[in-house]
Amino acid sequence: MNIVVCVKQTPDTAATVTVEDGKIFWGDAPLVLNPWDEFAVEEALRLKEAHGGEVTAISLGPEDAKEALKQSLAMGCENAILVSDPSFAGLDSLQVSKILAAAIEKVGEVDLVFFGRSSVDTDTGITGSQVARRLGWPALSLVAVINTLDPTSKRLEVERMLDEGRQQVAASFPAVVSVVKEINEPRYPSFMGIRKASKAEIPIWSAAELTLDGDLKSAVTWPEVWAPPKVETECEFVEGETPEEIAAKLVDRLIEEKVV
Amino acid sequence: MTNKVLVYVDHFEGEALPASWEAIGAARTIAESLGVGVTAIIIGHDVQPLAKQAIEYGADDAVVADDPALSDFRPEPYADALSKAAAEADVLLLPTSGRTRELAAMTAVDLETGLSPDVIGVEVDDGLVFATRPIYAGKLLSKVVTKERKPQIFTVRSRAFPKPEADTSRSGEVASLEFEVADVPTEVLGYKDAEGGVSLTDAAVIVSGGRGVSNNPGLTPPDEITDEKEQEIWRAQQGFGLVDDLAGVLNAAMGASRAAVDAGYIPYANQVGQTGKVVSPDLYIAAGISGAIQHLAGMRTSKTIIAVNKDPEAPIFKLARFGVVGDLFEVVPALTAAFKERLGK
Repeated sequence: MNIVVCVKQTPDTAATVTVEDGKIFWGDAPLVLNPWDEFAVEEALRLKEAHGGEVTAISLGPEDAKEALKQSLAMGCENAILVSDPSFAGLDSLQVSKILAAAIEKVGEVDLVFFGRSSVDTDTGITGSQVARRLGWPALSLVAVINTLDPTSKRLEVERMLDEGRQQVAASFPAVVSVVKEINEPRYPSFMGIRKASKAEIPIWSAAELTLDGDLKSAVTWPEVWAPPKVETECEFVEGETPEEIAAKLVDRLIEEKVV
Repeated sequence: MTNKVLVYVDHFEGEALPASWEAIGAARTIAESLGVGVTAIIIGHDVQPLAKQAIEYGADDAVVADDPALSDFRPEPYADALSKAAAEADVLLLPTSGRTRELAAMTAVDLETGLSPDVIGVEVDDGLVFATRPIYAGKLLSKVVTKERKPQIFTVRSRAFPKPEADTSRSGEVASLEFEVADVPTEVLGYKDAEGGVSLTDAAVIVSGGRGVSNNPGLTPPDEITDEKEQEIWRAQQGFGLVDDLAGVLNAAMGASRAAVDAGYIPYANQVGQTGKVVSPDLYIAAGISGAIQHLAGMRTSKTIIAVNKDPEAPIFKLARFGVVGDLFEVVPALTAAFKERLGK
């Protein structure tokens, strides 16, 4: 099995995010592997361990965006590739999907591509489906479990988590799979893994090394970013001698304020 | 010939998501600013009734792609149909769901245009739609626009736009989309755990439980449960039972914090927060949830928040309009009883 997992570097979710002069800052919060992508890396590694082959982590980002790739290597990926070029800076998912699809084609002979369901910074959750569309491969999104996978017949059966329940779907490789957190429990990198990752030379693929059709101009632009006004809520503590008294008082207040 | 503003009506087995009608409401506002009409796009099998409903909710007319091969949602053929229907449009709106995210994503690739998912506001300026969408789990807001390509595609967040009143006197033309379903690369085998009840993202009221639901040492698990972890989960299930009772009285959906999900108390589908569902109900009741920043990010836009927690210093109280410092095992059942009495149920 030749598996690619697309990962992104994001600020830690506990970061306090602020805006100054239209630029986004996250203080001294660490940059990490996007938490959703941990599940994608883990699932790719489990398939490799079950069926053989190798896992290549690909990340698109600026030249210093190697944390996500290092963590992927530390968890057990064989290869990591940073896709980086000054012309890739600040692109929207329409263009990012084009670049990632080109990078996946350059890897060649890929069976499965994994994505996390979305990234915790831009929260769009559309890149995986767009890459699948560009490659012309089946898109299996929001996958909560891979029930069967047969590398010989190149067929897999998964359960996708829709709002209404789980949709069971079968497809053939190559395919693009985006996963949700129910799928597994990501491993912690081993000591050896961390050592290997810290020494790894991560190759950089620039625009010149990829076959990219058309221009690289974002369709969507972000003319403005701001922090929503802090909602100052004064909490009204409801007190009483017994839970019943508290409950009655609270329900009265909710009816008074027309909440219910 | 379709109008310049299109709305995709998302549905599950022929039943429209309420957010589809909210999207039609948002589309009307945009279309009126642009001086054009609204066409509803419906894709599926035996979905003709949705066209009439869409018109009642405010669409001027509707286009339907109806084919047995479209009876189960699969993004590839649905995107083929939607891309064909939307090729000449200026604006395409979809409600936000797991389905529409991928459907919109593929349509944007087909039409080489911009997609902004999960928007909470729209305004028209100089013929362009400027939308507002939360980023960093709502810690920031961003204005987004697709200037040079068409259609401008947006998915609108559930409950961010008011649902229009249905007007059964409205009528409009319903046309069929000329469309051949190509070979589909995936096969739907079936569904499981299809839950009824109120979905979290559409719910007007949500009652959520956190780690605290297991914190009742007074409860003694049955003798056959000897494992410590299983005893904890048993206690948590009793706690979530109380949360569920309260949710039942309020016709609410049941949510949970990440801590409760990670501890194995309740399925991930119930998780509210940055790595779960982002919700915005009229009333959010948090029981035994301390309020980690990631949880607050997923529910902070709720209109009224009530927190029940033992710890008066819990961060959740900073966001709450009403707070009760106390044991959820006493307070939640008392609330259930009080609501029952006052709401006459």
